Amino acid sequence: MGLDIRLPIGFLFSIFGLLLIAYGALSDPAIYQRSLGININLEWGIVMLVFGAIMLALGRRGTKL
Amino acid sequence: MLRTIDWTIMIVYFVFVLGIGAVLKRYVKTSTDFFLAGRSIPAWVAGLAFLSANLGAQEVIGMGASGAKYGIATSHFYWIGAIPAMVFVGVFMMPFYYGSRARSVPEYLRLRFDEKTRGLNAVSFAIMTLFSSGISMYAMAKLIQILHIFDAPFAWLGLPQAWIFHFSLVLSALVVLGYILLGGLTSAIYNEVVQFFLIVAGFLPLVYLGLKNVGGWTGLQATLNPAYTHSWLGMGSAHTNRLGVEWFGLTMGLGFVLSFGYWCTDFLVIQRAMAANSMNAARCTPLIAAFPKMLFPLLVILPGLIAIALPAQNLANLAGTHAAATVPGEGLVPVKIDASGQAIRNQDGAVQLDYDLATPNMLLHYFPTGILGLGLTALLASFMSGMAGNVTAFNSVWTYDIYQSYINKTASDAHYLWMGRMATIFGIALSIAAAYMATRFNNIMDMLQLVFAFVNAPLFATFLLGMFWKRTTGHGAFTGLLSGTVAAALHQGLTLPQGGIPGVKGGWLALMHVYPSEMAQNFWTAIYAWTTCFLITIIVSLLTRPHEEKELVGLVYSLTERPTQHGLRWYQRPAVLAIVVLAATALLNIIFR
Repeated sequence: MGLDIRLPIGFLFSIFGLLLIAYGALSDPAIYQRSLGININLEWGIVMLVFGAIMLALGRRGTKL
Repeated sequence: MLRTIDWTIMIVYFVFVLGIGAVLKRYVKTSTDFFLAGRSIPAWVAGLAFLSANLGAQEVIGMGASGAKYGIATSHFYWIGAIPAMVFVGVFMMPFYYGSRARSVPEYLRLRFDEKTRGLNAVSFAIMTLFSSGISMYAMAKLIQILHIFDAPFAWLGLPQAWIFHFSLVLSALVVLGYILLGGLTSAIYNEVVQFFLIVAGFLPLVYLGLKNVGGWTGLQATLNPAYTHSWLGMGSAHTNRLGVEWFGLTMGLGFVLSFGYWCTDFLVIQRAMAANSMNAARCTPLIAAFPKMLFPLLVILPGLIAIALPAQNLANLAGTHAAATVPGEGLVPVKIDASGQAIRNQDGAVQLDYDLATPNMLLHYFPTGILGLGLTALLASFMSGMAGNVTAFNSVWTYDIYQSYINKTASDAHYLWMGRMATIFGIALSIAAAYMATRFNNIMDMLQLVFAFVNAPLFATFLLGMFWKRTTGHGAFTGLLSGTVAAALHQGLTLPQGGIPGVKGGWLALMHVYPSEMAQNFWTAIYAWTTCFLITIIVSLLTRPHEEKELVGLVYSLTERPTQHGLRWYQRPAVLAIVVLAATALLNIIFR
């Protein structure tokens, strides 16, 4: 009602995605020993940002109709 | 251990949650808006909320614990337990819940039966839901303490560590109070959907890393005892599998009585379906929820399996193990220690593992700073949404089924809306009280689980007869419910699980039978309770005056028009969704047998 839920979800996940990407890019690679050498912050951050963007797009399209 | 980035993620989440409440406040004008989200929620949103309201952190952590203890057989709770029940409630029962325009489950009972049946259900549900909420709060505060989440800021601010428990409790209560006061059920539903995506976001990378580390499912099969990786192995008898229960007790006790008793009658979840924007959306809500529910074992049970499959880890820097670093646990699961730091041993002298720490330790083991904040936020989010679900269910049942029915029948809608907000406040206050009771009586959680089981087990029999047999009467329903609950208590009082001591575990009346495990005892208690309720309801109904048929139109199967499915695409038809999800669940059972 009123607020399409995809918009807050989109915002939240985009923000989380950006935070993780930034941290992943700037952090010391040594911390990724525990995640099997994978820069999980960067990679998962990108996934979350994409998800957030998709949600925002769907939410915007929804409210236009 | 936790850095700024982790805190930032957590704070962003809390701000969002309250922000959603603030934005939604302007749309809450009537009591229907507050208690039922204006009946305007789209099916997919209601479906995810239906799933999430049930998915408290106790489930997330509890399933990880069960996975570490019993292995993939834990999936029975989902594939035998939840899925069939969710399909049944969506396809067969939602037409009556939604079509009757009842604003709560007890109100349906009032329409179908009589006032005393409604009263019995309303009062027992209100009490149980508040205790549930309190236990959620308690478990979350305890976990925050054990994981040392707030240790660093408290030390930095010079505050005593002992305050962390109280701070966590009160903070979570205030946040939930905030967003529900503002936006009512809509707020709760929106946050539950966010929580669903957060849990996936937090746990999917965990399972990915864990499986990569142990060599995938085949790696787990190679490392672990076959009993862990086969869900149906040895289910022919209670003595040949880790659950200690045979297939009949499992399917009837868990699969039928307990699961249907919960998913088909518990207002916490039904409320989300009642908020849907159409009859078809309401029917599809549990079905839509069933799809992710089916896949959740892979998300929440696997971490437990991985935790126990790893070689014994140095847990000195992980949760709750400072004193227990001397006694090795298994994999990532530490031994249980008492207050003095000694390992707790059972009667045979063996150490007991603290399985509840399996999932948290997994998070701490694999996640570096950054994503760790995300994982912990997901856990906190699931605790809070469990609480929020309980509180929204409570404030509706209080306002409509107790206050409006017995105290003030003819007030204005604005007054009931006000009462709903008040009920939210005192509901949370009572939950906090319940949480503190749990700190004093460590058996309280066990006792409450028992009481829930006693009250829930017979419920489904009542609804089943009520919805599908027009001859069921109010007297029948009421006596059936009471006798079912009494039967559950009697059964529990006369039996014990293997190795149990008479007391909370059972046998407090006399000892007539010993079950191979606690689960077996629980499932059989449920079966006896349900059967008693079923038979007594039938007998008493036949002995009492039937209801007028015209009163029952829309409330009983034989007197209600079937909902039409014209103009619906295939993925909007309940029957189609039901068949697909059941087939997929059967397939999962076969794959993981």
